[in-house]
Amino acid sequence: MQNHPVYTDNDPQSELSTLNLGPTHPATHGVFQNVIQLDGERIVSGVSTIGYIHRAFEKIAEHRPFYQITPLTDRLNYCSSPINNMGWHMTVEKLLGIQTPKRVDYLRIIIMELARIADHLICNSVLGVDTGATAGFFYVMEYREAIYEIYEEICGSRLTTNIGRIGGFERNFNAIAFRKLRKFLKEYPVVLREFEGLLTRNRIFIDRTRDVAAVSAEDALSYSWSGPILRAAGVDYDVRAMNPYCSYDEFDFEVPVGTNGDVYNRFLVRNAEMWQSLRLIEQALAKIEKEPSDVFHADVPDFYLPPKEDVYNNMEALIYHFKIVMGEIPTPVTEVYHSVEGGNGELGFYLVNDGGRSPYRLHFRRPSFINYQMYASMSRGMLLSDAIINMSSLNVIAGELDA
Amino acid sequence: MGKIANDELLGKISGQFGDSVSVIGEPFGLLTLETSRENIIDVLTYLKNDPILQFIYLTDITGIHYPEQAKPIGVIYHLHSLVNNVRVRVKVFLADGDVHIPTATVLWNGANWMERETYDFFGVLFDGHPDLRRILNVDDMTAFPMRKEFPLEDPNRVDKKDYFFGR
Repeated sequence: MQNHPVYTDNDPQSELSTLNLGPTHPATHGVFQNVIQLDGERIVSGVSTIGYIHRAFEKIAEHRPFYQITPLTDRLNYCSSPINNMGWHMTVEKLLGIQTPKRVDYLRIIIMELARIADHLICNSVLGVDTGATAGFFYVMEYREAIYEIYEEICGSRLTTNIGRIGGFERNFNAIAFRKLRKFLKEYPVVLREFEGLLTRNRIFIDRTRDVAAVSAEDALSYSWSGPILRAAGVDYDVRAMNPYCSYDEFDFEVPVGTNGDVYNRFLVRNAEMWQSLRLIEQALAKIEKEPSDVFHADVPDFYLPPKEDVYNNMEALIYHFKIVMGEIPTPVTEVYHSVEGGNGELGFYLVNDGGRSPYRLHFRRPSFINYQMYASMSRGMLLSDAIINMSSLNVIAGELDA
Repeated sequence: MGKIANDELLGKISGQFGDSVSVIGEPFGLLTLETSRENIIDVLTYLKNDPILQFIYLTDITGIHYPEQAKPIGVIYHLHSLVNNVRVRVKVFLADGDVHIPTATVLWNGANWMERETYDFFGVLFDGHPDLRRILNVDDMTAFPMRKEFPLEDPNRVDKKDYFFGR
């Protein structure tokens, strides 16, 4: 009830108006609500309500074997599902002590960096839409499509990818996937440069975004921010560089850092990260040339499902298949925290295992959830239109907000 | 790896707190400590403000439920020292019926929603929290769904019993 507007007989000029921004509003880009009190166009106070698409993934995960949790992670940050999938696979591999072959690591990096490009691409182009530049959004969307087509060649699906398996991939990358990847690498830099040309030095865009929602490094750290928005505030914390996983330590890349954490800095950091992602993909492709081309998963028959035709025709494969599906393989009784650099920041998996085939407890450290909690307090005193682009540049994804 | 080894870190902590902080283990190189709720804020404050350790980044707060333990509800803190690139995990276990713990929002603003989530799912009451309400579940829910006694689905179903799956 406290969220509803109160009508009084007072002078309308002195009254605050209440605005429901969400749960379904074009500006929120997802299902979550802000009830804000407005004095004219200025925000006096706001209350964030989340949980509209809470799906109890942590509870469900306690009742699913490890390999069936991957599709749950798809639905966290659905703009970059492959990063979630592989973060989960790497957590389980860390728990089980599985060493993946180098080629698997490089293939994973290709997919994860493509996912990062898709994620940042959406965020930055939608920021353009929210500031009034619609054309860039429609232009670059073609290249998100190109990324989705690459996923499709590898795993058969596009948005909720369920890509890869514990130990590697379910099948090798085919020639079409590599052809599409090379085509993307050839065409995308031109497009990204054009996209930057549209916005980066655009007078209107700069006026709309510069010094909007600036956040100091201290505040960002106190709110446990991570990802591009933390780096835009000047803190060079990137999980890929700080705690390298998946052979990121063999790669040459830079961590772009902003200065004052405003919307414009976040835009610049995301754009710069897309260039770094392209560099990483190029390097990974070059490294793959030196690896045996038929390796696409680790040799862990206890946890990696054998090919179906072997299950029907080969006794050993049948036994492994049976043991995996029936959960008869003991796992270490311990706990593990593993984090990857997701599209929005540190995506952590805290897994407590009791030796069974499903987690005793699984907790997702979801960057959107943690990044978003400053939103209501930082919107205070802001213009409504600035609060909209602030939300857009925080890149809050409802799936990751609610889990 | 980090600039501070785990035994050096442990030495500093036990020098400061003695027996009130105990070591659970070091799974995958992540030092895991246990303390009591009387000491938790002191421990976190020390870890955050010590000029050498500088665990200024609160990665996560979450809960866990072990129904068979004397103190069944656990609260788990993950801290990260960005300067030294070291992580530490601190656990506090609480007795059922007295699930109170002081809030960490006095140290980190970011603890606010993490504690609300832990309250929402485990019923942990964070004393002094500015706004302890449910966050993901509906406001009028009475159960704490991540506790083990809360069933995921209809408990009368017989086709999904654990013993069919070797569990």
